[in-house]
Amino acid sequence: MTLVLNEEQRLLKDTAKDFLNSAMPVSALRQLRDKKDSLGYSREHWQQMVELGWASMVLPEAYDGLDFGYMGLGAVIEESGRTLAASPLFSTVVLCSTIIVEGGNEEQKSILLPRIAAGDLNMALALEESPHHQPSGFTTTAIADGDDFIIQGEKLFVLDGHSAEQLIVATQLETGVGLFIVDANSTGISRRRHHMIDSRNVATISFDQVRVKASALIANAKRGQDILNTAMDYGRVCIAAEMLGGAIECFERTVAYLKERDQFGVKIGSFQALQHRAAKMFIELELSKSVVLDALSAIDDKRADLPQLASLAKARLNDVFELVTNEAVQMHGGIGVTDELEIGFFLKRSRSATQILGNSGFHRDRYASLCGY
Amino acid sequence: MSDLDQFRQTVNAWLEENCPPSQRIPITREEQVWAGKNKTFPSSDAKLWFERMRDKGWTVPEWPIELGGGGLDEQHAKILKEEMKRLGCRTPLFDLGIWMLGPAVLEYGTDEQRQQHIPKIARGEVRWCQGYSEPGAGSDLASLQTRAEDKGDHFLVNGTKIWTTNADKADWIFCLVRTDPDAKKQEGISFLLIDMDDAGVSTTPIELISGESEFCQTFFDNVKVPKANLIGELNKGWSVAKSLLKHERKLMAEIGGDTPGPSFSPIQAAIEYIGLDQSGRLKDIGIRDELVRHEMAFRAIGLTHFRSFEERMNGVADNNVPLIMKYVGTEESKRKEEVLMAILGHRALGWYDDEFNVDELLTNRGWLFSKALSIAGGTSEVQLNIIAKRVLGLPD
Ligand SMILES: Cc1cc2nc3c(=O)[nH]c(=O)nc-3n(C[C@H](O)[C@H](O)[C@H](O)COP(=O)(O)OP(=O)(O)OC[C@H]3O[C@@H](n4cnc5c(N)ncnc54)[C@H](O)[C@@H]3O)c2cc1C
Repeated sequence: MTLVLNEEQRLLKDTAKDFLNSAMPVSALRQLRDKKDSLGYSREHWQQMVELGWASMVLPEAYDGLDFGYMGLGAVIEESGRTLAASPLFSTVVLCSTIIVEGGNEEQKSILLPRIAAGDLNMALALEESPHHQPSGFTTTAIADGDDFIIQGEKLFVLDGHSAEQLIVATQLETGVGLFIVDANSTGISRRRHHMIDSRNVATISFDQVRVKASALIANAKRGQDILNTAMDYGRVCIAAEMLGGAIECFERTVAYLKERDQFGVKIGSFQALQHRAAKMFIELELSKSVVLDALSAIDDKRADLPQLASLAKARLNDVFELVTNEAVQMHGGIGVTDELEIGFFLKRSRSATQILGNSGFHRDRYASLCGY
Repeated sequence: MSDLDQFRQTVNAWLEENCPPSQRIPITREEQVWAGKNKTFPSSDAKLWFERMRDKGWTVPEWPIELGGGGLDEQHAKILKEEMKRLGCRTPLFDLGIWMLGPAVLEYGTDEQRQQHIPKIARGEVRWCQGYSEPGAGSDLASLQTRAEDKGDHFLVNGTKIWTTNADKADWIFCLVRTDPDAKKQEGISFLLIDMDDAGVSTTPIELISGESEFCQTFFDNVKVPKANLIGELNKGWSVAKSLLKHERKLMAEIGGDTPGPSFSPIQAAIEYIGLDQSGRLKDIGIRDELVRHEMAFRAIGLTHFRSFEERMNGVADNNVPLIMKYVGTEESKRKEEVLMAILGHRALGWYDDEFNVDELLTNRGWLFSKALSIAGGTSEVQLNIIAKRVLGLPD
């Protein structure tokens, strides 16, 4: 367990910061939004991210990965949260490749992982079925039919689902959870992309009698649920890292504004009512940094308390990102509610990110249960 | 094996051999060994344990060996602390001299002053108390009025201090006094050590909401204090006090766990007093949510302590982190006590009565005590001011 980045990881973080600031500032997301971009992210930027090693960073060396670990990837994702950079990194690398690495057979790994590492393959995890996160007990079914399975059901809020070439679908088998790799263009699949408040990419995907080969099954029953849980925990930690970056950025912009804006003949930052609220946000962010770092190191060290840490990190960042974005808007006054100011983008992203893999109530309930009460 | 691992093994073996089993169960308030001329020990084991630790210099592990300390650096001292915690070894000696005055004398004292005071603190021979606050000077400490007039070979001290914890039990007091009434607030203050036995020093206890009277008002009526008792330069007492305050805040942030309280954790209490439903959840979902919020925040604070330590060890210390710990540590301790009160329901409300067991009675005492945590050593509001100005650079 370590809560400090090493030299290499710090370097990586700095490089990510430089790249994101110059190539993908918040205005890049605004552009994608304004021109109603059909992909929802820039292929060119994604290619640059791949060249920087971000797609291969956590994959095993045997499959063209760098095996650099999540402390490193988390640092990169945190930086991407500062500029709200849109890319398939989270859905493809964090969620889907984890399922393949943890559960896939040799053939699945050797076919899919090198393509992910090279940025040639985007994938999405088809998981949710109701307005709230629900990690088990799916209504989407997979029923055996000879050597094949037939998938039937509808998946909601599929991150990057509109553009992925392959999907991993969480289904209910007779024996429990079944995770299948499915070509996104298979017969019987229809996808509807939605335009969301955060201008990021989410789709509803219907499966109408979709036939898949038995070889498409990654894992089933208890093992299927375990692997899904692991991938979801990796996802929770990484999205928390992104939210941390967004919250820090929003906070820094707000503190800068407190030092700049004059009212009543003084800087508004001299008002104690605002000072104390700013100080409290600073404190929450410092605690958040520690929690996210420990959760990332729990992934790298394969620690048994990862589920607790993932819930700790996700619940905390849901709450802190909400607090900071609300306060940021308020402390900017009228300009805070304009589209021109970028704070609104953070506010919107905060609420979307909260819904990804569990809101705070979900994670507090889970944390308490994991601790025996 | 690295030097640190080796040290851990040695420490562990020594503690196993030298810490009596009775000194490894959680300590109660009555069992604490406080320094002093007339020290008393609750048991012969407590005495033995104290003497063994004293002889190792481990009552003050990080102080120089020649002054009675253990001569350990921060990393080694942390290992000692961790191993003591793991085996449940009690703190062998309690004293403000250890936590606050000692570090200041080591930093600002002359050689004579170190020789005079440090070994006695290390050996627990003198009990110290802190005389800063006055009836008219609390958060605005620099407005203090207790005067020390230069009378050639001594100072003549007149005035009163308040909230002086354990002044009635202490042998010596370290004080902030005004030595130049004409200078600007902070610039006319000096740091003075006063023997409580001196003629003209008296104390009156003040009763607290917890029913105890651990603090006093302290009066100085024409007290003659030798010049040699001045720590640091004349009129430069404010810098000594500021450096000392750092130690106090660190202590206050850590003390949460050491406050008098029941023997059960909030989770254990919740399972006992509320119970679990068939899904394994506490039956009261409202309290369950409060409890888990506290537990999660508490863990985040623990991880932040650890991160701060690791950053120092790796030479990438962020000096702002320690500044937040007094505020969060004490606020979270207060929240813990509120949760505990809620968990015990009306069983937490007994004041003194055979009907209630010790843990139940201690629950409300701990709760009442916790209210002082965010006042003593700089109030929470003052901490937020410091963060806003010093860390965030917000204007006055
Ligand atoms: C358990 C305990 C032990 C103590 N032990 C000692 C001791 O041994 N020796 C000693 O010298 N002192 C001791 N004290 C005193 C302690 O340091 C003071 O109580 C503390 O500094 C606050 O001062 P005050 O009580 O005068 O409150 P005040 O300063 O009058 O504060 C009243 C309220 O006003 C707020 N306030 C004040 N100034 C500001 C500001 N600038 N901005 C915003 N809010 C503000 C405070 O936060 C507080 O809420 C102890 C106190 C306690 C509770």
